Amino acid sequence: MVQAMRDWTGRPVVVVTGIGIVTSLGRGMADNWNNLTAGASGIHEIRRFSTEGLSTKIAGTIDDFEVDPISAPGLARAFAVESVSEAIAQAGIGSSSSFPGPLFLATPPAEVEWPARIGVYECARNGAPVTQAALKQTAREGDYAEEHALFLFGQVGEYLADRFGTQGQPVSLSTACASGATAIQLGVEAIRRGETDAALCVGTDGSVHAESLIRFSLLSALSTRNTPPHEASRPFSKDRDGFVMAEGSAALVLESYDAAKARGARILGVVRGCGERADDFHRTRSTPDGKPVIGAIRNALADADVAPDQIDYINAHGTSTPENDKIEYLSLSTVFGDELATTPISSNKSIVGHTLTAAGAVEAAFSLMTIGTGTIPPTINYRTPDPEMPLDVVPNAKRDCTVATVLSNSFGFGGQNVCLVLSAEPA
Amino acid sequence: MDDRHEEEVWITGIGLVSSLGEGCEAHWQHLANGADPEPVIDTERFAPYTVHPLVEVDFSTQIPKRGDLRQMGPWQRLGTYAAGLALSDAGIAGDQALLDRMDMIIAADGGERDMEVDGAVLEGIGKRNDPDAFLNETLSTGLRPTLFLSQLPNLMSGNISIVHKVSGSSRTFMGEEMAGVSAAQIAARKIRHGQSELCLIGGAYNAERDDMQFVFELGSYLWPGAFKPLWEREGEGGGIVTGSVGAFLVLEAKHHAMARGARAYARLSEVLADRCNRAPGAARKNAEKQIDALNGRLEPGPLAVLSGASGAEPETGEERAFLNGLIEKGFDVSARAFGTMLGHSVEAQFPAGLALAAIAAAKGGFFRPFGPGDAETPFAGDPERILVTSWGHWRGEGMALVESVQSTEERVRP
Repeated sequence: MVQAMRDWTGRPVVVVTGIGIVTSLGRGMADNWNNLTAGASGIHEIRRFSTEGLSTKIAGTIDDFEVDPISAPGLARAFAVESVSEAIAQAGIGSSSSFPGPLFLATPPAEVEWPARIGVYECARNGAPVTQAALKQTAREGDYAEEHALFLFGQVGEYLADRFGTQGQPVSLSTACASGATAIQLGVEAIRRGETDAALCVGTDGSVHAESLIRFSLLSALSTRNTPPHEASRPFSKDRDGFVMAEGSAALVLESYDAAKARGARILGVVRGCGERADDFHRTRSTPDGKPVIGAIRNALADADVAPDQIDYINAHGTSTPENDKIEYLSLSTVFGDELATTPISSNKSIVGHTLTAAGAVEAAFSLMTIGTGTIPPTINYRTPDPEMPLDVVPNAKRDCTVATVLSNSFGFGGQNVCLVLSAEPA
Repeated sequence: MDDRHEEEVWITGIGLVSSLGEGCEAHWQHLANGADPEPVIDTERFAPYTVHPLVEVDFSTQIPKRGDLRQMGPWQRLGTYAAGLALSDAGIAGDQALLDRMDMIIAADGGERDMEVDGAVLEGIGKRNDPDAFLNETLSTGLRPTLFLSQLPNLMSGNISIVHKVSGSSRTFMGEEMAGVSAAQIAARKIRHGQSELCLIGGAYNAERDDMQFVFELGSYLWPGAFKPLWEREGEGGGIVTGSVGAFLVLEAKHHAMARGARAYARLSEVLADRCNRAPGAARKNAEKQIDALNGRLEPGPLAVLSGASGAEPETGEERAFLNGLIEKGFDVSARAFGTMLGHSVEAQFPAGLALAAIAAAKGGFFRPFGPGDAETPFAGDPERILVTSWGHWRGEGMALVESVQSTEERVRP
């Protein structure tokens, strides 16, 4: 019997054997990677709904999926089906309708959307002012069972569990912009506990609609640099003015190294460590000294048993908001010290925008492709460096170099910070 | 499989607030002592729907900063408050060293919408020939900028971090009832396998919300008639009566609790969760598989069950059939559908069931029947082990086994 592969603490080694991805850059790994490394932005003027009167008119929406009627959970579901199908096919695990492990799903919170609300309201109208009681009665008496199910938080997970035959109760989660990384972390933990040999970890988000855009706008979080759209997201630049909302999904098939080897699967990389910390400072601002982000980075490095000088590349959270990039730089410089100046760091969000709930998974997928191809995607729109954060952001053009170990950062609105250490297959 | 030693999971703190009152003792007194328990309900505010309204709470006792209170809606306040109760109860509140490495998994829905702004949109939009621009303008000018923060699911845990300083980790699970089940399940597994030593879990549900009732009624799920105990609604098609509940528990590794001199209400021995498409009999089959998985830990004889049945049919009837099936297997089942007394609290339902089970385990007794019918039979003596169920009103089946800590040295002195 072959010696079981264990990590430095004796836990099963967790590897990635399948990746699937869809963003505004395209469907599938190939299109995404080509566009990402070429710095070809997916951010464009919003066509899905009228932006009249809004200060932000751009986003990285995905507009070529047939979803009718369009809704955030409907899009999230369609994107996830696409990414999961690709990941499972690549991994060659189970069958397309039976995945041998649990589903951990980062999915956006759902709310009944305006077309459904207005539909019920118009039915309830009978000359008199429409009361809440009348709305509820109309909802009760009408045929809205599909709307009920569509806007439940568990809906996307239930749909995927049915469609792909994952095992047991799916876990749907939100740690805001760190959600995708949390989904991966949950899968890693389950495999390390020995509960399962495989886990399906997915992040998905299709929530670019008027109300969500307005909510972020009201918090002054979004870039208002509408023309040209592809120049709006400029992480680590002095003139960055906010993030750009975007949509997408990424799916990762995680397996124990032993199980993957036993079935002869191709190993795309190792999830070597995960770290997290919650910020207790403020609802929208990080602790000024960066302590929680520093803690998350250090916890991930410690979990992976990796020193800062072993990190070849940092896949930044890099949202392009004044606040995030400042705290991310401060925290990285605290952990990495002088090493930081010589460690390339880039933000996929400069090209893709911020895929919110999906971002942690999307960027983990891109980090693994960086390891696999030896190409670091650039940070585009980097023309006015912020002198406060001297970084090698791989400015404006991709770079070829050997990358064995990556730190991928995800920091959530509301204080949830998750970092992943991803590395090449053990020799 | 993992061959390492499995740690026992203890429940060392409870924060429970509902229509019946605040804290373990208030719930025990109301539900176990004295006369047959009666629910506290409001039949008028949301007529024809009944709700179990939250008892009057002085939120400032757990959320002292007015600025914090202002940033939250009622739902977040309720959760943040109940979380504080649990931390205080476990003797952890204010202990920065412990809070700094405490994990947290919260089961959450979204916070309250601004019903005035929603009303203005609905009232005006049909009269306009530029409905999109009208929607944009009304939302942009009407919504309070920080309202979003009180609506985001993960901001309940965000507020718990800010107010109570829980900062080891923070995860938010979603998905209605099953979010509460998964929160308990993942936290317990992490502790059992040494991935965590101390974890706050729980959830809150504000039933006093038109927006949430609206979502339920899109699926015709609520009970619009005169109040009836949960098992007695089946003949009229069933229905959910919601209740405002905040339910949080501190889960802790036994060795960790003993090292700091903390006592246990009970041991959380197992949490199981599964799903099905709700074809007739499928949910029952899942529950029966869960009973099989508890093989060896349940002995025929008296069996106390806290059922989290929602009242929705046919699920509630199917759960009753499952429980009756246990009787045929030799279990003398005494079930308590706690939704009858607290109302259905969705994400908080399973944590509330765990809290009630832990209270009963620590007290060494069980609750009086919830309702006058014959569906719930009296239970005499110390239950020692209590089964907790929560089936989602739409999807998912959860079950837990809560067991007494027998050593009086280790047990909470009730």
